[in-house]
Amino acid sequence: MKRMRTHLSSRKVIAVLTAALLATGVAACGNSDTGDSGGKDDGKITLGFSQVGAESGWRTANTTSIKEAAAEAGIDLKFDDAQQKQENQIKAIRNFIQQKVDVIAFSPVVESGWDTVLKEAKDAKIPVILTDRAVDSADKSLYKTFLGSDFVKEGRLAGEWLVEKEKAATGPVNIVELQGTTGSAPANDRKKGFADAISANPNLKIIASQSGDFTRAGGKQVMEQFLKANPKIDVLFAHNDDMGLGALEAITAAGKVPGKDITIITVDAVKDGMQALADGKFNFIAECSPLLGPQLMDLVKKVHNGEEVPVRIETQETTFTQEQAKEALPNRKY
Amino acid sequence: MSNRTAGDRALTRHRLFWPVVVLVVLLAANTAYRPSFLSVQMRDGHLYGSLIDILRLSAPLILVALGMTLVIATGGIDLSVGSLCAISGAIACLYISRQPDQNSLGGVLTALALGLGVALVLGAWNGVLVAVIGIQPIIATLILMVAGRGLAQLITEGQILTINSDPYKAIGVGHLLTLPLAIFVALAAALLIAAVTRRTALGLIIESVGGNAQASRLAGIRSARITFLVYVISAACAAVAGFMITANVSSADGNAAGLWVELDAILAVVIGGTSLAGGRFSLSGTILGALLIQTLTTTVYAMNISPQTSLLFKAVVVIAVCLIQAPGFRARFARRRAPASAPAPVTEQPKEQVPA
Repeated sequence: MKRMRTHLSSRKVIAVLTAALLATGVAACGNSDTGDSGGKDDGKITLGFSQVGAESGWRTANTTSIKEAAAEAGIDLKFDDAQQKQENQIKAIRNFIQQKVDVIAFSPVVESGWDTVLKEAKDAKIPVILTDRAVDSADKSLYKTFLGSDFVKEGRLAGEWLVEKEKAATGPVNIVELQGTTGSAPANDRKKGFADAISANPNLKIIASQSGDFTRAGGKQVMEQFLKANPKIDVLFAHNDDMGLGALEAITAAGKVPGKDITIITVDAVKDGMQALADGKFNFIAECSPLLGPQLMDLVKKVHNGEEVPVRIETQETTFTQEQAKEALPNRKY
Repeated sequence: MSNRTAGDRALTRHRLFWPVVVLVVLLAANTAYRPSFLSVQMRDGHLYGSLIDILRLSAPLILVALGMTLVIATGGIDLSVGSLCAISGAIACLYISRQPDQNSLGGVLTALALGLGVALVLGAWNGVLVAVIGIQPIIATLILMVAGRGLAQLITEGQILTINSDPYKAIGVGHLLTLPLAIFVALAAALLIAAVTRRTALGLIIESVGGNAQASRLAGIRSARITFLVYVISAACAAVAGFMITANVSSADGNAAGLWVELDAILAVVIGGTSLAGGRFSLSGTILGALLIQTLTTTVYAMNISPQTSLLFKAVVVIAVCLIQAPGFRARFARRRAPASAPAPVTEQPKEQVPA
């Protein structure tokens, strides 16, 4: 009896799964703008861009910046959303090659596994630009350049600001650190950059460091325990704004004033973070800017014209103090 | 619980004895590391301390795990609870963020009703797939686990939705009688489920469906209806947990809210002594399991165990709990320690009555 049921249901499983797959397929089509094959020979440069997905506000701002900059630069943009999947991205790049776009740009979902498809692009003589994330390909000739943030530098800028602020400190300054997702490049690099910078002053000491997974809930939960385990915390360094924002609530609940009793330094400069900085709850933010659209379009034009470009280009980024945040906040796009 | 005649042995053989021991050991280790770990102070009119944090943070897990317990008791499993947390939280936060006055109680109640309503519909979808169409639960709920995360992100438009609503925030961080409100909500749900399952025949019927759905049906129990019901209950529990998770940080993160909570819930259920094969369940065991898991997480932060080793640390503790609970393992261990003692107690397991 039981056997019969399983047999019967397996067909139904397939039916439902197929339906689900169809549904996601339709959704994927709805999200990508690859369909509109505009006039090819109107002298416009055609750029095929494959985005990681829309997993965060940062990423959405990144997409908007690229779309706006392309429109402004008069570049015909074919945009594809890979929904966090490498196979979608490879498919998109192959489509771009078939459509004979002039330049391909993409933010790789993962670091490895790109050699084959990048070789296909190279054979088709279509230059490739990486944005935001790198690939670990041994053959550097497979792409023209990598445009993205330098995470080590972000950590270093955060650390240098603290060294400057605490240069008059006579006693030890206790720092706690909220790391990003364990093993992720931004977490590793920001930690390293920050540690390097604060080694300039032996008074600055990281007394506790835990992963808050780049989320508000994680930041809050870890900070609650930091506060209970360490009676004297002077500085919090969070690897992104969201963890810092979560920690704010833990600090307030512990009866301390964020921004005054505890100096808070974060990375990213998303809108909520900038608001906290302008409100005096954060003290310093090292920007990790998603607005690389204009820089990308410049590069597209250059590589299309066969000009030489450096293999590594950093996104134009800055840092914010509380006063600068108040000024910049009204014009923030994300 | 049944054979209380030989005090000590009955105690050590109680299903929840070893999880309690591990919980006490964890608390003791924390106290040894930092003596103030157990201290609880009064601050701003409510209690404040690591123990209180554990209570507050374990509330959503307790809720999800309670629903999961019933599902597992029928021999099923519900992988979609994490996504359901994200969806219900996202809907509630979205509705509140659109209100002119985010602090209006009516608006918050409507938001909760909306979030709960959608979760019930999705729970019913799970129930129909499993009970009516007959798809294996792990596959049926996997659909919503994957698609639901996307749905949650669609609702929040891929952004983290921040709200500023005191009544909603209270669900996550509010206090009642100096203790976190969330834990009262979780306990209320536990008492309600216990009353419905243990004071009526429902619990027995659920267990009989889990034991053998076909035989139960032939005995006159509407198995399909019971199976459908437990998925709806599970979804309702997940929805309330989703409110707590989002209220805790006053923001809905479609990507991260309730992520992997289904695995923690299954673990809590297993630690609590409910069989994954179905047919028997323990609500008190599940609550204890959830408290143990949260204590473990808090321990990692409180003792500042490095993030690279924390997963390993957790795994070792969980394996230890599971092994120590297994009668076969304990018997072998006991035999090695005292070879001359009486035959291993593997064969003399009494038929357990499962208390609520």
